[in-house]
Amino acid sequence: MSPPVKLIGAFGSPAVHRAEVALRLKGVPYEFIHEDLANKSELLLKHNPIHKKVPVLLHGDDRAVCESLVIIEYIDESIDGPPLLPTTPNDRAAARFWAHFMDQKCWKPLWLALWTEGDLQKGFVKETKENLVLLEAQLDGNKFFGGDSVGYLDIVLSALAHWVGVFEEVASVSLLGDEYPALRRTRRANDYTSDEAVNLCLPNRERIAGYITAKDSFKLMAKAMVQQQ
Amino acid sequence: MAGEKKGLQLLDFWVSPFGQRCRIALSEKGLPYEYLEQDLGNKSELLLRSNPVHKKIPVLLHDGRPVCESLIIVQYIDEAFPGKDGKPALLPADPYARAQARFWADYVDKKLYDCGTRLWKLKGEAQQQARKEMLEILRTLDGALGDGKFFGGEAFGFADVAIAPFTAWFLTYERHGEFSVEEECPRLVAWAKRCGERESVAKNLTPPEKVYEFICGMKKRFGIE
Repeated sequence: MSPPVKLIGAFGSPAVHRAEVALRLKGVPYEFIHEDLANKSELLLKHNPIHKKVPVLLHGDDRAVCESLVIIEYIDESIDGPPLLPTTPNDRAAARFWAHFMDQKCWKPLWLALWTEGDLQKGFVKETKENLVLLEAQLDGNKFFGGDSVGYLDIVLSALAHWVGVFEEVASVSLLGDEYPALRRTRRANDYTSDEAVNLCLPNRERIAGYITAKDSFKLMAKAMVQQQ
Repeated sequence: MAGEKKGLQLLDFWVSPFGQRCRIALSEKGLPYEYLEQDLGNKSELLLRSNPVHKKIPVLLHDGRPVCESLIIVQYIDEAFPGKDGKPALLPADPYARAQARFWADYVDKKLYDCGTRLWKLKGEAQQQARKEMLEILRTLDGALGDGKFFGGEAFGFADVAIAPFTAWFLTYERHGEFSVEEECPRLVAWAKRCGERESVAKNLTPPEKVYEFICGMKKRFGIE
């Protein structure tokens, strides 16, 4: 009998979603522990003292895994079932490269493109679109980044399939627009979001929108981030 | 494509700790490769073609096919050349141990180099802040090591490969931050010595004084006192 799995997460977090999808695709039952990020629990601080963030995967009594990309690989390697990462060293290196690209390069300009204004915003929109062009090329006519089924890179880039659309509506900025047919297809034609495992743990769009609109602090945060650069 | 060479080539820059991760990994695996020093002020056609997205070193070319990003390169080397001539794997077999190794390599990537750069580049309040953060990072690593021989326990592995090159930078951090790594993090320094006893590390790290000289040169170029 495999040790029990728990996932410490918070509503609407794309990083938490990555971990949930990975667990569901492997058919692993898990308990979702809802974390209030404004008031972090003992449990979270104990198991992620370094970053103090979600998601945190708890496997049995003594294993805590942090950082969504590390969690996905852990799930893939410790639990049987169809592999999430590609199998050849070359394809694995490529998948990891684009995951790293997303997290290191894409998030910041994407976020800033939503919450800044004027020329500053134009710059970030341009940068984001340049990044999206590169990602679009990776899809290369396939339904998913992994080919025929949802895999590692689809999970990692899932924010593009679901969250960005909500952000765009709330902030009235077009990022994905009409220019990235393949990326758009994974979003609108719902190739990603209609996968059963994915759909079961996708946070409701309206709820995400409601959560974001309530946060005027995002514009202030964006200002601070820009000044730091 | 014309001129696609067979075998392994590493596009690198002599003092880069990221490049050194790859050199250590190749050495640990006993893999011969061609080292190609890059001029970062005047990037080569080969570099730009091999890493069009980031235009950075290191890049590993395997039969002409590029692999970019140092930690991804190290994992690639481990996966593409498993158990060659009885050489051990860099990543441990156990999934949880692998997750731990990846976590610490990621931690160093997210924190150490940038903080170090701020420490030597900045002055006044900002430098003091960088100093404070650097001490926290080094103490965290010291704590993670605990009483272990290496970050992975008994065996030198992925996390050690990821972190060892930065030990050559301790002297530079010390002089700019006015602290002693040995005093603050004795276990980390002991670990650094153990790593330095391995041939793969000894022959691939830049001597600390040379790193310091390099940074002083960079400061002159940027017009920093």
